[in-house]
Amino acid sequence: MAIRQISAGTATRRTPAGTAARRIPAGLLAPAGVTAALALLPVGYLLVRAGEGGVGGVTGTLLRTRTAELALRSLGLAAVVTALCVAIGISLAWLVVRSDLPGRRVFGVLAALPLAVPSYVAAYTWVAATDIEGFAGSVLVLTLCSYPYVYLPVAAALSRMDPATEEVALSLGRGRLGVVLRQLRPSAAAGALLVAMYVLAEFGAVAIMRFDVFTTQIYTSYRAGFNRTPAAVLGLLLVLVTLLIVAAESRTRGRAAYAMRGAPARRPPVIRLGGAARAGALAWCAALAGLAVGFPLVSICYWLADGSSAGVDATVLAEAVAATLGVAAAGALLTTALAVPVGVVAARYRGRTAAFLEQSTYVGHSLPGIVMALSLVFFAVRYVPAIYQRWPLLVIAYAVLFMPAAVGAVRASVLQSPPVLEEVARSLGRSPLRALREVTLPLALPGVLAGAALVFLTAMKELPATLLLRPTGVETLATELWTQTGSGAYGAAAPYAALLMLLAAVPGFVLGRRSLKEVS
Amino acid sequence: MSLRRLVAAALIPLALLASACGGGDGESFDDDSLVIYSGRNKNLVGPLLDKLKTATGLDVQVRYGDSAELAAQILEEGADTRADLFFSQDAGALGALGKHQALAPVAPEALAKVPAEYRGSDGTWVGVSGRSRVIVYDPRTVTVPPKSVFELTDPKWRGQVGWAPTNASFQSFVTAMRVVSGEDKARQWLEAMKANGAQTFSNNVNILDAVDGGKLRLGLINHYYWYEKVAEKGQGGVPSRLAYLPGGDPGALVNVAGVGVLKGSKHAAAAHKAVDFLLGTEAQKFFADTTKEYPLVSGVAIAPGLPPFDSLKGPQVDLSKLDSIEQTIALLQDVGLI
Repeated sequence: MAIRQISAGTATRRTPAGTAARRIPAGLLAPAGVTAALALLPVGYLLVRAGEGGVGGVTGTLLRTRTAELALRSLGLAAVVTALCVAIGISLAWLVVRSDLPGRRVFGVLAALPLAVPSYVAAYTWVAATDIEGFAGSVLVLTLCSYPYVYLPVAAALSRMDPATEEVALSLGRGRLGVVLRQLRPSAAAGALLVAMYVLAEFGAVAIMRFDVFTTQIYTSYRAGFNRTPAAVLGLLLVLVTLLIVAAESRTRGRAAYAMRGAPARRPPVIRLGGAARAGALAWCAALAGLAVGFPLVSICYWLADGSSAGVDATVLAEAVAATLGVAAAGALLTTALAVPVGVVAARYRGRTAAFLEQSTYVGHSLPGIVMALSLVFFAVRYVPAIYQRWPLLVIAYAVLFMPAAVGAVRASVLQSPPVLEEVARSLGRSPLRALREVTLPLALPGVLAGAALVFLTAMKELPATLLLRPTGVETLATELWTQTGSGAYGAAAPYAALLMLLAAVPGFVLGRRSLKEVS
Repeated sequence: MSLRRLVAAALIPLALLASACGGGDGESFDDDSLVIYSGRNKNLVGPLLDKLKTATGLDVQVRYGDSAELAAQILEEGADTRADLFFSQDAGALGALGKHQALAPVAPEALAKVPAEYRGSDGTWVGVSGRSRVIVYDPRTVTVPPKSVFELTDPKWRGQVGWAPTNASFQSFVTAMRVVSGEDKARQWLEAMKANGAQTFSNNVNILDAVDGGKLRLGLINHYYWYEKVAEKGQGGVPSRLAYLPGGDPGALVNVAGVGVLKGSKHAAAAHKAVDFLLGTEAQKFFADTTKEYPLVSGVAIAPGLPPFDSLKGPQVDLSKLDSIEQTIALLQDVGLI
């Protein structure tokens, strides 16, 4: 229902050049449809399991006071973390891209690196070293781990922004900040959406922080009751909430399509920071990097020094590295391949079908890993047993889970390549698909690759779905880390945690560098 | 970068992946292997399960995970399950699989090796090692540890007791309290504990860490977590101590880790041999010496430092009743703990 509302809204709105309500060519619609169908698989499973409980089972779960209480807690947590990430992401991006902050290139890369820290590792290190826990602890850890989701798109948008708009505003007596923030709204909203969805589906870090949220109840239904109906009902509720948030973000973006243009003719002026402002800004950037990246790294070194289980079997470690890199790379490739048709449709077409295709890809990401993984167990065992507990199924799981980041990257980069070029190609006799392939996709490629890097990095850290779907006997860095910490062997866990963060830092570094491309 | 070069670059990890799928042992589902889903940690039972190849004559593949999540996975797999044997951290997950008709009967000779209270009443699973519920306390702040869980509702322990209501062992303990002390008393205790500010944790390890870190005075855990931590950190690195409760207190419940053979197993004979192996002397010694648990087959000595098995004054409970977990869940939900 949510989908229908927005699409109706978007259709009546004035659309940007080149996005007239044309028919989507079959060559694009078919692959986009495959992507959407794959992303919606978990919903099919949840409906089957929720249906088994009958009306009584469904309403019984929904009407419990605890359900409402936990839903509110989750929404509250998501709201606070998202707001903080937006504030941090915009402030960092502004300092790095627009100010003369000393060492801003270094800070620009550092601002992307928290992506390399798994939230469950960060949560554990904070609980072990300090007294922080509960709501405050969850906010701290989730904010520190996810502000790059806002920083990266905002930094990119800031460096693309045409200074002419600001100058006009200044000449009309309006403040610079207001204009800038207005123009940043779509990119900040896209990042905020990823953060909000990530927080809603998160389980590991909040469990360590002892803060019960909506996903806690989903896990509890599986872990304690062996009753899959309540878990399915709650999962569906989570999907619904996510779709509402997606709809809200889509409205923000729809109204603000003007920000999505090509590169500016010249660079915006550098803002000079005064002495006190400079010291404050330096302290702010350094504190964030220290808390988000430095602290977990130091803690892991301490595990290594403190535990008698320290020491590692090089063969096991090498196998885990190979498995992690291989499956995450394959996951990034498949996710990107599936995301391209949907991202192009989202950038170039309007209407119900386009909105439905795009929004369906958010479903998998909105669910906790265990729900998504069990849904793939259900379908694979029944319909494609040949891939069950083999690599391809895990790769598909990553695609379902991490599709939104890739779709967003494709959409944003296709939007930046001027549609007029595609139209010229078509006027020269190219078919729509060929024009897309020969003109727009090459221009969008760097942005698409950045999306792939983000998926690669996220897939490396994934734990719950990997545990359920990996081939029997195979361990990734994340599952090894789970094994070692599960038996309290923190010394033995340290090399896996360190290596996982180190490897994930490579795509993180690339993403951070990219955000600085236009900073001199 | 041109599209062509990109595609070429993209093919490299795919090729790596394909070679990873093709080669290497233990990396793909193999019809000739005995597949074990183990809810017990690889670090703890891995060395033991490695010996199963000789015992069963088949290659053994072990899938490690969380007991309850693996049980959920087996239920989703249904008749087509890939698991031959399920090795669970607790009786609850085995009981649930038994109730869903997913388990085949264990051979009577195997069942007979273990006291009746430590196996499924329907004969579909058998305990292989025992663990005692204990109170872990911080001797720096607690001179006289409580002698019963019922003392924990005393105001002097306000906000000082850690528990893990979502944890399966904790829930078995609550079930024991329901069976031994009655529904009303169990509910009153849970409500009084909640009112007394009991601190909720997600698992036993986190409770133990909090007591050692001086953040909590008391915690309700399983005994072997403490011994594991001492093995990792040394006695000096673990300031906490354990109190084994006397007098049939529900807080002294002896719970089990156990195994069941899947009905859908294609290697049932080997799976039953694996059960025999886990109940044999070598495996029972391993549980005693390495994981510091209580062997359930008579004639195997416990690890030094542990109180004798028959000195544990757990409540008189039929463990098979512990799979009546639904009522416990309902009670915990009703009190607002999960």
